[in-house]
Amino acid sequence: MPELECAFPQVVNNLAPCLAQGGLNADLANFISILLGVVLVAALPLATLLILLVVERKVAARVQDRIGPNRVGPYGLLQSIPDALKMMTKEDITPAGADVFIYNLAPIIAFASVVLLWAVIPFTPLHIGADLSIGALYLIAVASIGTVKIMVAGWSSNNKYALLGAFRTIAQLLSYEVPLVLALLIPVMIAGTMSMQGLVEAQRGMWFFFMAPVAAIMFFIANQAETGRAPFDLLEAESEIIAGYNIEYSGFKWGMFMAGEFMHAFTASVIFAVIFLGGWIGPGADQLPILGFVYLGAKTVVVYIFGLVLRATVPRVRIDQLMSFNWKFLVPLAIINVLVTALLLQVVNWLGIAPQGDAASDLIANLPQTVVLLLGNLAVMGTVSTLVRNMGRQQRLADEAVEADTEVEELAHAAAH
Amino acid sequence: MAVLNEWAFIGVFFAIAWVFPFAPILLARLVAPRKPNPIKQSTYECGVETVGDTWVQFKVQYYIYGLIFLVFDVEMIFLFPWAVAYRELDFFAFAAGFLFIFLLADALIYAWRKDALEWV
Repeated sequence: MPELECAFPQVVNNLAPCLAQGGLNADLANFISILLGVVLVAALPLATLLILLVVERKVAARVQDRIGPNRVGPYGLLQSIPDALKMMTKEDITPAGADVFIYNLAPIIAFASVVLLWAVIPFTPLHIGADLSIGALYLIAVASIGTVKIMVAGWSSNNKYALLGAFRTIAQLLSYEVPLVLALLIPVMIAGTMSMQGLVEAQRGMWFFFMAPVAAIMFFIANQAETGRAPFDLLEAESEIIAGYNIEYSGFKWGMFMAGEFMHAFTASVIFAVIFLGGWIGPGADQLPILGFVYLGAKTVVVYIFGLVLRATVPRVRIDQLMSFNWKFLVPLAIINVLVTALLLQVVNWLGIAPQGDAASDLIANLPQTVVLLLGNLAVMGTVSTLVRNMGRQQRLADEAVEADTEVEELAHAAAH
Repeated sequence: MAVLNEWAFIGVFFAIAWVFPFAPILLARLVAPRKPNPIKQSTYECGVETVGDTWVQFKVQYYIYGLIFLVFDVEMIFLFPWAVAYRELDFFAFAAGFLFIFLLADALIYAWRKDALEWV
């Protein structure tokens, strides 16, 4: 066995062999390195969460022409710490009628299900929790655990508002998972792999955002709904169902729901950046892997801030509008998009313009394929927007005709008296 | 061994992920005051006493959405292997995939025509 470099920077990447070299049992060394990796990967979202809460409030404040938190630490950056301390000292009230075991389980599921998503996110060419060959499928599977927490919380609270909120939320989350998964299918189709690292590698030449803008936008919208962000924030419609499924929770259990929600929104941005914006890809990321963190972070922040501004700007939709928008617009569009992309990839193959081998990481070699896919996507966008506009116009004319009719009737009625 | 390591990572992750939310909740239980009384623990419905049972039969609409979702989600999972291999497949696989997606779309159209997608 060759002597390994076990000084500081190298030891991070081959901890297990280094420990084994130091005389430790190979299995134990392996286990320790895995355990350390898990703690590191899980600590990352927890650390960002503290800053996220402040950023969220700052951005919302700016949009509403306020200052936002500015007392604790520079620019109020440490605001999360007193918040957490306050929550810690709040009395934890369990309602008398609750199903105690499940009631206590829900906040734990809520938080853990989001942390688990980070296992397959590639931060740099070298740093990834676990590069599963079915990474994309893992994302979908773990993200749907989030639905369970809401049902469990709403049902076990034994409160009618909580149950109503849970029903609504489940209907929303289930529905928006369909376009989410169908949008995720497109990058998998183009890259020909489900491994997250493979998906990033496939974007060396060109980001998937430019190859599949329809899928990217759909993925963003569906994620906005999955994480309960405006305009789809019916989960926490204060004015209608008080607070929804988590109404009976207090203290840190409630805090876990909130923390899980914030983290899910951020995680969704990370996933968007990885799948559509090239993840850690950027100049020099191969030579200096640590740069990958910077690139991924920058792309994520752009997506996240965009979501925040959207959240602070648009009003909430009604539940029937929400469901119609999904089932009558997003899902058919997603299905059409899969068909169109399949067709376009056949055209690319037939023309023989798909980049082969090393050329796949070259921008110029990727251009013809990108142009074909982009044109197809733009055609889909144009057709759909024209169709929707015409249908909306007809609907409006019909509504106006009915209104005019009733007005005439009323006038006739008044004249008769 | 490498593949097994990846899954070992996931396994360990699943085993200890619940510790992160559990630790602060446990800590809060030690720190926070606890003075329960019947009024405080009653169901919170804005001051009005709750009437009847909460765990009742619910609206069938939610069940229908659940069913439609199930059809879609299961079928979409079948599409993923097809998508992974798509660029290496020949025209027959392409046609088969199309047929499959058309069946999927057919289910949507059926549900739509049956007014299962209307929120009532």
